[in-house]
Formats: sequence, structure tokens, C-alpha cells
Amino acid sequence: MSTAPLLSVDGLRVGFATEDGVVQAVDEVSFDLRPGEVLAIVGESGSGKSVTAQTIIGLTRANNARIEGSVKLDGKELTSASDAEMRRLRGERVAMIFQDPMTSFNPVYRIGAQIVEAIRAHRPDTSKAQGKERVVELFDAVGIPNAEQRVDDYPHEFSGGMRQRAMIAMALALEPEVLIADEPTTALDVTIQAQILDLLEQLNRERNLATILITHDLGVVAEVANRVLVMYAGKVVEQGTLDEIFYDPQHPYTWGLLGSLTRIDRPRPHRLPQIAGSPPSLLDLPEGCPFRPRCPHEFSKCPQYPPLEARLPESPGHCDRCWLSPEQKRDKRVVEGQIGLEAPQAGQGA
Amino acid sequence: MSRFIARRVVAMIGVLFAVSVIVFVVFMVLPKQNPAQTLAGKNATPVLVKSIEEEWGFDDSLVVQYGTMMKKVFTGELTSYKPRIPVDDQIREGIPATFSLTIGAAIIWLFFGLLLGYFSALRAGGWLDRILTGLSIAGISIPVFLLAPVLLYFLTYKFEIFPNAQYVPFGEDPYEWLRHLILPWFTLAVLSIGFYSRVLRSNMLDVMNEDYVRTARAKGLSERQVMTRHVLRNSLIPVITLFGLDFGTTIAGTAIITEVLYSINGVGFYAADAVKKFELPPIMGVALYGAFFVVLVNALVDIAYAYLDPRVRLGEAGSE
Repeated sequence: MSTAPLLSVDGLRVGFATEDGVVQAVDEVSFDLRPGEVLAIVGESGSGKSVTAQTIIGLTRANNARIEGSVKLDGKELTSASDAEMRRLRGERVAMIFQDPMTSFNPVYRIGAQIVEAIRAHRPDTSKAQGKERVVELFDAVGIPNAEQRVDDYPHEFSGGMRQRAMIAMALALEPEVLIADEPTTALDVTIQAQILDLLEQLNRERNLATILITHDLGVVAEVANRVLVMYAGKVVEQGTLDEIFYDPQHPYTWGLLGSLTRIDRPRPHRLPQIAGSPPSLLDLPEGCPFRPRCPHEFSKCPQYPPLEARLPESPGHCDRCWLSPEQKRDKRVVEGQIGLEAPQAGQGA
Repeated sequence: MSRFIARRVVAMIGVLFAVSVIVFVVFMVLPKQNPAQTLAGKNATPVLVKSIEEEWGFDDSLVVQYGTMMKKVFTGELTSYKPRIPVDDQIREGIPATFSLTIGAAIIWLFFGLLLGYFSALRAGGWLDRILTGLSIAGISIPVFLLAPVLLYFLTYKFEIFPNAQYVPFGEDPYEWLRHLILPWFTLAVLSIGFYSRVLRSNMLDVMNEDYVRTARAKGLSERQVMTRHVLRNSLIPVITLFGLDFGTTIAGTAIITEVLYSINGVGFYAADAVKKFELPPIMGVALYGAFFVVLVNALVDIAYAYLDPRVRLGEAGSE
């Protein structure tokens, strides 16, 4: 991964002014993304993952939004780009797939027409017939059978999995460089989830896409991601490669997420572990570490806000936001019950 | 689509049949008074009542009586008795005026209602929205019987901008036709302009939060394309339903007040006159005529609805 980053987010902060005060939905998020890479952003609902993604393509611009920091695509600053520039970039260079394929298509237009609309928004001289041909190609590429007929179907005539494939086809229509998938499998059946993930992985490989995958499902992350960003209350609490996060997690919140996974290689627990409590209100964050009230390992240093830094000399890219020393973390993690401790076995990616 | 239309037409005939039965029961069966007496009107001679009794066959069974009534309706033999004027002719004569009034008003209220609603929604919360909201509520609140005299007083008597009421047939003089109808049109439309702009505004604000609108933005459509092709297009669906109901009832009823206030001799004027004179046959005729248009317009709207929202057509795809 020596190539220059395609997308580079630095110190991104997004706040929304409300009647009750400013909701800081995203606070100091930074990451780089290179072609062919899959970055997973993980966190509970309300952790700021979707806002981060939507801010990248300018969908959070509103009168009450305060956006600070920098988002650079190929070196070009996007936070200060005009609305018209952002519009040209959306779909053309950065495409997005949304969570619920049931509601993400307009019910009153044919699916094919909605994709042609996307193509013609950027290439006005494409005729409708040419556009339709392109949609048929795309449907074939994403594995929608009978593409010729299905382009003329309405969204309600598609199944959920097929709609998500059509959504992916739409995202790929203009050959974007960056693909943002916001919970692409959450609304789907498990078997369909696996198919969609395989498809995303295949497309990522074939087209050398830089992909941001937003999810709360660590199973999904394990399957496709190269790097992981764990978010909590709008802040990055830990980031690193897939192996670093899964085999040597440093932040108690990540332990909680990993601990609440069902595993087939462990004895079945009486009850699936969960993280006690619920995420804090973004209007009323605790002082210091935002995870403090839910953290079983809270100690005297926690009321100070911990910096995001690499604490393990052997892995400089692995950063976390927790005051515990690496040794303390190792000990506590063992006591907590064997979270991600096995070393990766040879030949096994995830 | 043709099966959908066929089903709608069958349903329409069913509803009309039901309405005719209700009219029959309400006017002929339920009243304790001899129906012939009622039909004859105030101060009728016994001779007239007798002849009406024979004409309508009030000694026959109810089913036969219903048949006789419907035969009169369909053959145009339904007449008022004092003086003897066929109801059919009167309604026919009134239709051009009533349609000129209602169709014109409907075009005006749709155009302005949607225009104001659209801009209100685009600028939701801003000063333009607030002004339009105030105007809409004023429009909804002003009763027609107040608005019409006020407009007449200021714009006709005081400043003589518009002529004093009456209806001039289009064929006679299109310009005068238009000039005479402007005040009635706006009088009839004002309430609906306010109402429709409110409905469209709230529909649009709902639709703006839909996932597919976010998708439309994410694929790089311009804000105007997003607003017209996705937000407005989908917000119109409930408005069309509303329009079907409103337009039907305007032809069948609401227009009566406006016609009377502006002395437009349309069907509503005729009905109001019949009520004043206690003449039953015209009221029956107008009730059936009104029902016919309410049902017809609703069927047309259902068909338009199926065109606007493909999910409605699902019912026809039973064989799939």
C-alpha cells in the first residue's frame, strides 16, 4: 500500500445546531483510503458512521450543519467545494449504496429508468436507449438474471436482494473511484447478505475501487475489510488493520463489540454478552472518555480525554483512545473472557 | 390497464345504482305524505295530484315504482309540474355555465394551490413560507358567502373592474365569458388554493425525508431535478385523490352557493331555485346528476392514480 491515498479525511468534525445545542455527530475523524482498499467503519447506531460517509459526498450540507476539517479526493478539498462541484462528483467519482434497498428506489419509476437518470445526470448526451443498454450490462455484472426484461420492472417487482444488486449496479454506472456502502446488508436475509458481500468484494477486486463499508456487523467486517475504524459517540476510539482489531483489540469498547459476537469455535454461552448501558446523548457527553460510564475498567485517568495514538511499538498504524497501558489491556482482556487473543494462523486471513 | 379500467367502470355502475335506490327511498318511500302531493308542489290542485298518482303508478309495488322513476329519468320525462318543464332540459341548459365555472375554478385552484405549496415547501420555515401559510389559512377560513359579496362590492360596484355577474355563453362572446367568470372562479377556488397548498407542502416535506430522495441526491441529480422528478412527483399522488373528491363535490354541490351569489344560471342555481319553490322533481334530477359526476370524476381519478403510482396497478396483475 505505497500508493498515494485517493481519499483522505483529516480531522473531520460535523456538528448540527439544534434547539437544545450543538450535536457533535462526528468529532476528529481521520483516515486515508487507497484504491483497492476496503475500510470498515464500525460502531453502534448514532456513533457517527453514516454522517461521516454522507459528509464525504456533501449530503450533510444544511443550514444548521457545521463542517470542519478536511476531506480530500485526489488532493482536491471537498469541504469547501461548491454545491455544483459536489453534485458533479456524486455518482461520478464517489458513489453510495444505502442500507434499505426497499426504500432507496423511488417506487413510481422503473428501476432501469432510475439508473439511466443517474447516467444522464452526468453524461447528458447519452440517449435513453444507450443508457438502457448500459443498465443491462450492469445488471449482468451484478448478477441480476433476465437483465433485458428486469430493467423495465418497478422496484416493488424486485426482491430485497435483487434491489440491493440493482442499487450496486446504479452505484457502478459511472465507474466511480470510491464506493461508500452504508450498511449494505443490514436489511437483507443472511444468505442474501453473503451473496451481496461476495459481490462487493469481487467488484472491489475487479475494479480496484476504494471502498468504505459502514456497518455494525463485525461478521461483515471480518469478511471483506482490510482496515477498520471503530467509532463511538462520534469519535474514533480505535483504528488499525483487520488483524490488529480482531486479534489484538486495544479499546474496551472494541472488546465489547467483539465479545458480543456469536462464535462457532467457542462453547455456547448461556446468554450472549452485551455492552451494558446505551450510547450517551451527543448533547450531553461525559467529560473525558465518552465510553467511561459503560466501561468496566474505568479508573482515575478516564475523566481526561484520551488522545488517539499508537501505543504498541510493533504496530505503529494501530491507534486507540484508551488510557490503559498495553500490559493492563492484555491482562483485563484475558479476565474479560478471551477476546480475540489467538494469533492469526498461517494462511488464514480472517 | 384495460382490466383495471373495466373494473372501475363496473364499480361505477354499481355505485350509481345504489345512489338511485337511495334517492328513490328518500323521496318516494320514506315520507309519510303522499308522494304525488310532494311531486306536485305547493298548492297543487287535486286533479294534478290525481294525474301524477296515475303517471307514477303509486299503487304498484315498490320495485315497479322504482322502475317507473328510473324510466322517467332515462327518457327525460322527469318534469316539474308547476309549470310543466322537463328537468332534463333544465339541467342540460345549466351544464355549460356550471362546467365553465367549476372547470375554470378547478384549473385555477390546482395551478395556484400547487404553485404556492411547492414554493412553501422549498422554503419551509422561511419568511416566504410564513407569508404563504398565513394566506392559505386566510383563504381556507373565508366563507364563500362572505367573500363573494365583498368582491362584488369592491370590484364591481365601487371600482367597476368586473361586470355584475350573470353568465355569458362562450360561443356568444369569449371575452365577456371570461370577464364574467373571473370573480366566481376565484371565489370558488380560494378555499381550495389554501387547502391544496397546505396539503402539497406537508406531503413534500414528508417525501423529502424519504430514502429515495437521498438516493436521488447521491446519484448527482441537481436540486431542481430532485425536487420536481422525485419530491413533487411523489407528493402529487395524494393530491390527485383529494382533487377527485373535491372536483366531483364542487360540480355536485359546492358550486350552488357561488352560482346563486353571482346569479350564474347553472345547474346549482336551478337546484337552489327548486328548493326555494318546494319542487321535488328538479331536486331528484339534480341529486342524480350530482351523484353521476362525483362517481365519474372519482373513477377518472382512480385511473389517473394507477398511472401515477404503479403499485396501484398490482391488482390487475392477478394472473402473474
